[in-house]
Amino acid sequence: MSVDTNTVRKIASLARIAVSDGEVEAMTGELNNILGWVEQLGQVDTDGIEPLAAVIPNHLRLREDVITDGNIRDRVLANAPQAEHGFFAVPKVIE
Amino acid sequence: MSGELTDLGIAEIRDGFRAGDFTAREVAEAFNAAVATAKGLNAFIVETPEHALAAADAADQERSEGSVRPLSGVPLGIKDLFCTEGVQTTAASHMLEGFVPTYESTVTERLFVAGAGMLGKLNLDQFAMGSSNETSYFGNVVSPWRRNDGGNAPLAPGGSSGGSSAAVSARLAPGATGTDTGGSIRQPAAFTGISGIKPTYGRCSRWGVVAFASSLDQAGAMARDVKDCAIMLEAMAGFDPKDATSLDLPVPEWEANLSSDLKGKTIGIPKEYRVDNMPREIEALWERGIQLVKDAGANVIEVSLPHTKYALPTYYILAPAEASSNLARYDGVRYGLRDLPEGANLQDMYAATRADGFGAEVKRRILIGTYVLSAGFYDAYYTKAQKVRALIVRDFAQAFEKCDLLLTPTAPSAAFALGEKSDDPLAMYLNDVFTVPSSLAGLPAMSVPGGLDQSGLPLGLQVIGRPLDEQGVLNACLAIEERAGFTARPSEWW
Repeated sequence: MSVDTNTVRKIASLARIAVSDGEVEAMTGELNNILGWVEQLGQVDTDGIEPLAAVIPNHLRLREDVITDGNIRDRVLANAPQAEHGFFAVPKVIE
Repeated sequence: MSGELTDLGIAEIRDGFRAGDFTAREVAEAFNAAVATAKGLNAFIVETPEHALAAADAADQERSEGSVRPLSGVPLGIKDLFCTEGVQTTAASHMLEGFVPTYESTVTERLFVAGAGMLGKLNLDQFAMGSSNETSYFGNVVSPWRRNDGGNAPLAPGGSSGGSSAAVSARLAPGATGTDTGGSIRQPAAFTGISGIKPTYGRCSRWGVVAFASSLDQAGAMARDVKDCAIMLEAMAGFDPKDATSLDLPVPEWEANLSSDLKGKTIGIPKEYRVDNMPREIEALWERGIQLVKDAGANVIEVSLPHTKYALPTYYILAPAEASSNLARYDGVRYGLRDLPEGANLQDMYAATRADGFGAEVKRRILIGTYVLSAGFYDAYYTKAQKVRALIVRDFAQAFEKCDLLLTPTAPSAAFALGEKSDDPLAMYLNDVFTVPSSLAGLPAMSVPGGLDQSGLPLGLQVIGRPLDEQGVLNACLAIEERAGFTARPSEWW
């Protein structure tokens, strides 16, 4: 499988990264190099093998159903590029 | 006096401080001065001499009252991937430039509670993505080492923990935190002639560590020798309810149980690590390592890890996939950079912010990750890689039925020159060929200096252990350290 410039544009759009035409050209080549290389995994027989997500056996814990934080609004907002009236502010979404 | 104090390691500082040979303030001042005059290495993004002095003054005060903590008197460097309350934390990115956390990462909190001070925040590859520290928004870190050919070519300190390796090697800090996703502690340690351990996945809390690939990311210790790493790791590790993958286990007394006697231990040499075109010097280093562990009493056997060659491609599907998901949080809304072009809507703002805030390697990995997780390709790439990962884990489990530890080189070469591989992502990725498999398996692994190459550059040996057997790894590395007699250090030019 290989990607073309349209696919790279679509991936960049999904990833919400603006790309110039020149970047798309360069990235198409780089991505194809990397994807061509990882495709060697097709040589490995993985029939009947369960995909592994968690590497060291561990159990998921339940915690007490109690409030452990809160009342830190100003700390949460402290690094916001734009915070107004105790909220994160973004450009107008609905006309 | 200051020249002497910066020559001391963590154990020597801790013990000398307790004995009253010097004050913590003298130590902090000596290291602060070393940091301030080493700008040529570009190891630090932010210097925090006041933090180191405050911790030192508290240590001196406590000692005068008859109490000390495990790391009282010891100043450390902190990789700028750990959130530090009130101190800028950037992950070496433009995206997080100016980000000042309102909370402390669990690992740094543990170190500070143990009495350590912070000399500053150490440079790294951007979002820990790189093997040479050339992807930092704040410039390359330059290794304190130089080849003995008189050429003075600036060398890579390794990556991603390149600020950490450079600082410890240049004696700007007696120890530093690192993080390791595919080799980011071990490879820089090998390149700079220091020791570095990545513990079992889950030993150190990931809470407050800027996330790269969460199923792989693990914090660890970098220091001048094995004992110092043991001391530091003991303070960093431990259960944290704030990290769902944190292991709820007591922290062993690694330092107290150090022993370089390997009698009764069987050490496996994985034959698949004898890769094509392995430089003769790396082969010779490996042979020397084998001899050293034999001298320490170990039985050495050959073992097989059949899926080794598939570890790197597996990693370069899984790590970018996790990164694309983790880095979705940088949206220009809650923290970090916002780029809002004139008249832009919300979607434009996301795209402009992320185009401006991420460097080329970070974008490359986000795009690969987005692609392998996208509809129609998920099973062919991501699920397939997760299955191969299961086979890689099984390889290790089967090898550990025959042996207790594995011994390999840490990296396929000594440090390369800055710029030598930065134009070719694949060539750069291949640098992690020996470190990635144990990362995929979540195993404890450590690099220890084994010798010098013909150019006078350090080479590292790697020991890999069973899950939770950091002690075995530390002990084997101690045995190598005691016998390798590695005393070389870079001469100061910076």
